[in-house]
Amino acid sequence: MTTQAATGAYEVEHSGPNYIAVFIYLAVLTGIELGVYAMGLPHVAKVGLLVALAWAKAVLVAMYFMHLAMEKKALAIIAIVPVVLVTFLCFMLLPDLTSRMWTKTEHKIGATNPAETGENPVAPPPRPMPKQ
Amino acid sequence: MSEAAAAETHDHGALPVDQLEPSLTPGNLGKLGMWTFLAGDAMTFGAGIAAYGALRINNPNWPTPADYLGITTTAIMTFILICSSVTMVEALDGIQHGKQSKFRMFMGLTVLGGILFLGMQAFEWHHLIVEKGMSTQRDLFDATFFILTGFHGCHVFGGVVYNSVLLIRGMMGKITQAKSGLVEIAGLYWHFVDLVWILIFTFIYLI
Repeated sequence: MTTQAATGAYEVEHSGPNYIAVFIYLAVLTGIELGVYAMGLPHVAKVGLLVALAWAKAVLVAMYFMHLAMEKKALAIIAIVPVVLVTFLCFMLLPDLTSRMWTKTEHKIGATNPAETGENPVAPPPRPMPKQ
Repeated sequence: MSEAAAAETHDHGALPVDQLEPSLTPGNLGKLGMWTFLAGDAMTFGAGIAAYGALRINNPNWPTPADYLGITTTAIMTFILICSSVTMVEALDGIQHGKQSKFRMFMGLTVLGGILFLGMQAFEWHHLIVEKGMSTQRDLFDATFFILTGFHGCHVFGGVVYNSVLLIRGMMGKITQAKSGLVEIAGLYWHFVDLVWILIFTFIYLI
C-alpha cells in the first residue's frame, strides 16, 4: 500500500514543462497577432488567423501553465465543458444573427440635442469622430 | 492498529498530502474546487464574448475598435500578464522545492505584474472616458467594451489580493513546501485570468 502510494506520488509529481519555452511561444504568437493585425489582410482571413492564434495561446496556457497536460483526464473534462457549452450557445444564436435586420443610423456630428435634431430621444447620442 | 497500518500511517505523514494523493481525491479537493469555479467563470466570460459577437456581427453601426482603443497599450498589458504567468509558475516551482526566497521573489513579481496591469487599465479607461467620450450609456460598443474589460479587471484585482495574501503568509513563514498546493490553486486562478485576457485582447481589440 505504501509502495502504491509512493508510486502515485511519482505519477502526480509534475516533471515540469519548460516554462521559458512556453513563454517564448506565447510572446512570439502575440507578435504574430500584431503582425496579422497590421498587415491589412482581407477581413475574413484576418479574423480567422487572429482567432486561431488566440486559441493557440489559450491552449498553451491551459496545457502547460495550468498543468492540464500533466493532470488526470477528469480535470480536462471539467475544463472542456464550458468550451462545449459556449460553442453550443454560439450555434443557438445563429438563427437570430442570420434573420436580424440592422438599420444604418447616420450620426450628425455636432448636434446632440434630440429637440434640435428631431431624433428619437431614446436612441443613443451620436458617436463623435475619434481624435487623430 | 496493526503494525503494518501504523507504518503506513507514518509513511503517509512523512510526505505532503498533495504529493501522495492522485487528482480528484480528498487530498486535491481544493484543486477540484478551483477548476469547478473556473469552469463556471469561463461560461460567464464565454457568454459575454458570445453576446459581444452577436451584437457586433453584421451591425453597420459598429465602429472599428482600433479607431478608439489603443492597441500598443493593450499589447504591453498582454505581455505583462504573460510575464506574470511565468513568474507565477516559477513561484510555484520555488515553493515545491522548498526554496522560500525564490517563492517570495517570484510571487512578489506576480503581484507587481497584476498591479501594473490594473494601473495601465485605469489609465486606458481614463483616456477613453475623458478624452474620447466613451460611456456605457452611449452605445453597444462602449457598453460591451466596459463590461467585458471591467469584469476581467475585477478578476485581476481579485488575483492580486489572492496572491498578496499568499505572499504575506509566505513572508510570515506560513507557506511551506508541504502547503505548495495552496500556491498551485492560486496559480490556476491567475493563469485563467491570463487566458481570458488573451481572448479579450483578440476579440475586443484586434478584430
